[in-house]
Amino acid sequence: MGGPAVKIQVKVNGTAHTSEVEPRLLLVHYLRDVLNLTGTHVGCDTSQCGACTIMVNGRSTKACNMFAVQADGADILTIEGLAKDGKLHPIQEGFWEKHGLQCGFCTPGMIMTAYQLLQRHKQPSETEIRHFLEGNLCRCTGYHNIVKAIQYAAEKMA
Amino acid sequence: MAQAKLFGSSIKRREDPRMITGRGLYTDDVKLPGQTYAVFVRSPHAHARVRRVDLSRAKGMSGVVAAYSGKDMAQGGVGPLPCGWLLPDIKIPEFRGVATDKVNFVGHAVAVVIGETPYAARDGADQVVVDYDVLPAVTNGEKAVQPGAPQIHDNAPGNVSFRWSIGDKDKTAAAIKGAVRVVKQRLINHRLIPNAIEPRASMASYNSATGELTLWVTSQNPHVHRLLMAAFVLGMPEHKVRVIAPDVGGGFGSKIFLYPEEVTVSWASKQLGRPVKWTAERRESFLTDAHGRDHITEAEMAVDRDGKIVALRVHTNANLGAYLSTFAPLIPTFLYGPLLSGAYKIPEIYCEVIGSLTNTTPVDAYRGAGRPEATYLLERMCDLTAKAIGTDVAEFRRKNFVPASAFPYQTPVAFLYDSGNYEPALDRALQMIDYRKFRSDQEAARKKGRYLGIGFATYIEACGPAPSQVAGALGAQAGLWESAQVRVTPTGKVTVYTGSHSHGQGHETTFAQLAADELQVPFEDVEIVHGDTAQIPFGMGTYGSRSAAVGGSAIYSAIGKIKDKGKKIAAHLLEASEADIEYQEGKFGVRGSPGRVKTFAEVALMAYLAHNLPKGLEPGLEATSFWDPTNFVFPFGTHIAIVEVSTKTGKVKLVRYVAVDDVGNVINPMIVDGMVHGGIAQGVAQALYEYAAYDDNGQLQSGSMMDYALPKADDLVSYETDRTVTPSPVNPMGIKGAGETGTIASTAAVANAVMDALAPLGISHLDMPLTPARIWAAIQSKH
Repeated sequence: MGGPAVKIQVKVNGTAHTSEVEPRLLLVHYLRDVLNLTGTHVGCDTSQCGACTIMVNGRSTKACNMFAVQADGADILTIEGLAKDGKLHPIQEGFWEKHGLQCGFCTPGMIMTAYQLLQRHKQPSETEIRHFLEGNLCRCTGYHNIVKAIQYAAEKMA
Repeated sequence: MAQAKLFGSSIKRREDPRMITGRGLYTDDVKLPGQTYAVFVRSPHAHARVRRVDLSRAKGMSGVVAAYSGKDMAQGGVGPLPCGWLLPDIKIPEFRGVATDKVNFVGHAVAVVIGETPYAARDGADQVVVDYDVLPAVTNGEKAVQPGAPQIHDNAPGNVSFRWSIGDKDKTAAAIKGAVRVVKQRLINHRLIPNAIEPRASMASYNSATGELTLWVTSQNPHVHRLLMAAFVLGMPEHKVRVIAPDVGGGFGSKIFLYPEEVTVSWASKQLGRPVKWTAERRESFLTDAHGRDHITEAEMAVDRDGKIVALRVHTNANLGAYLSTFAPLIPTFLYGPLLSGAYKIPEIYCEVIGSLTNTTPVDAYRGAGRPEATYLLERMCDLTAKAIGTDVAEFRRKNFVPASAFPYQTPVAFLYDSGNYEPALDRALQMIDYRKFRSDQEAARKKGRYLGIGFATYIEACGPAPSQVAGALGAQAGLWESAQVRVTPTGKVTVYTGSHSHGQGHETTFAQLAADELQVPFEDVEIVHGDTAQIPFGMGTYGSRSAAVGGSAIYSAIGKIKDKGKKIAAHLLEASEADIEYQEGKFGVRGSPGRVKTFAEVALMAYLAHNLPKGLEPGLEATSFWDPTNFVFPFGTHIAIVEVSTKTGKVKLVRYVAVDDVGNVINPMIVDGMVHGGIAQGVAQALYEYAAYDDNGQLQSGSMMDYALPKADDLVSYETDRTVTPSPVNPMGIKGAGETGTIASTAAVANAVMDALAPLGISHLDMPLTPARIWAAIQSKH
């Protein structure tokens, strides 16, 4: 059963929001159902697939694994906030250029994980990329072109 | 021919900008005013009588809008789910999607609770009380058909749904009797769970004022969903039902079928007068998405003195699960037995299949659908036989190939192969992998105690289903053509409506390439519309690698009609004979009179102005085609895997993977390569990782992503791909189909590679998945 609503304040993609939420509301449902940011997807609700990956205070986070109330005061970046002024982020560009997506469902989470990867490792090797993607499942690409997309972005951002 | 370069070009996908920015629209993203949410109560038992379903506490919960049992739904007019493929003497158990009096697999729904929020609906579902009388369960197909096994359905004695065979039993027996060597092997092709990353979802909205139902659903074939649901389950007029499949997040077969959930939310929306949404939790996906494979087979391959295959005999028990899913009977029969000739000239083949019913989730088409099962069997038998007679596995295959001069080739198991040339693909793959060098590396490594292995799959597949008349004769309750409508606007822009439906294949790009080329208009001037029964005339959808070969051909055909009408209009405007009009570079011109031209846009405008049209010609410029193929198409190729097996831990490391496919002419090489990559990953995963494991009580032990080993990026390698091109004569573009080749070939290639690595240890066969535990135990047993 849900408890009494709790007031939270979050900044999402640069916009401040104040909301009253059930304490048990998952962060991913808050983003999708309350803020209508449906780019963040739910693939497994048990934190294996990574489709719901977002950045919370600069750390890539699975939004299905966190309550909205735990994000009170947080600065959040979702897939919708990655392109700036209509210009794609180099990772988004890489996924487009290198055919890093097919059905597109895992893609937002993949891109957000790659975002964290390239913050931590400017020029990752293929092995490092594959290792970093362990928490993100893709069923369409066999990961081949996702690796290429991230390599493209790394080069572009260098 | 400025536009001719589109066909065959790796053009970046049109779908991507929305998907990489989070602006795709998947079913769960659809929101409607007043929407409610459905949560299903599911059986924890594999086999039980339902004595009582008490909804009273759930109905009293705050935020619960309604709750229904299976009996409520049956009394409310909801029928059982239909099976869309019939075989002679088939027994079809009645599948009540929400059970009325008996549950037959874990996950079988027994009630649904509708709430104002998903959380409220979940709270309500937790308060539903169900009394079960638990019955003994059976989950293994072979055990299910043994005397004394628990009887699941009254109308299917001995849990047999059908017995089916193909080929000449007596001649095959005679050929085996007269053979120099016969190799026998029992092979288990274990059950898989599709796991599209987007869970199934549906959102129904019934308008009581108009009597119209709109259903958004994760579907590979929205018209098929509409037809089955309207006509067979809900009894609603088909034209009052609109089915929309928006962006679909992967399917691999699992989103072809009609499921209980979309039926339930549609019915509930009508009861409540409010939209009702359901989205699967991943655990529900594991328990209720149609599973794949699950064969137990006894196979015998016979060869003559020269190492030529003389016969193949196969007996398979195909576990169909608790009920017959929409196309379940097709998969282990006509998509399996006829594939058993593979790339080889085999004079006699006989295959018999028992379709067994068990207390497990229903099984249906999963990427490859019957063809991976046949290919795994055949390619494993080739390796076992080649090794038994001391022949190199690659040369054994080459020796038995259907020669290039033999096409079209009639197999002994019904298929007439359209075109093929198998040796160049094998040669190219051998060259890429540097086969000789590998064999010497392998020898050297073994001396150092390292176990490398190489595995082949020289596969064929049948795709682009199918001639409707043939399909009908074999039991299809549907035609298997595809439709396309091409509409040209007065300004010369083009909208193509296709009955194919992308769930990752990139049709918005490839079909636009095809249409822009054929119409010789800019790529940007062509829009592709799909996935909506209100917009598309009718469509059979996307599966069996059919979209380009069948759906593309329908587009091609409709465009031909547009050009024909354009020629009539242009001839009239140019005061020339229609026979003298030729269409080049987007202009209708008079042959031999340069400069006498009308552009495509000028002709389109006149078609709509209709101020000056040939006498008797209707205004407008649009055309519809229904393309019914004359045959399947038969892609082929050679896949080679190299693995290293640790004898200490039993772990298999995939080292290299080479794929040379021949899928005929290719519209967009980048997209085809992508599908090959993904297919390989799924096939590798069957060989090494994935396994739907049931215990004897019918509990799915690998029922979450924690337990079911979907491959991750670091389980796989970068694939080395190439192609040969042998166009198909079956369709005007020479296309064969590419969506499933990777899955069909790779399981066998990897399994063969592992067995090759283990051969020096005296291990000739292990069943998949080839997990460290299984391999380690086998190695230990040899000590």
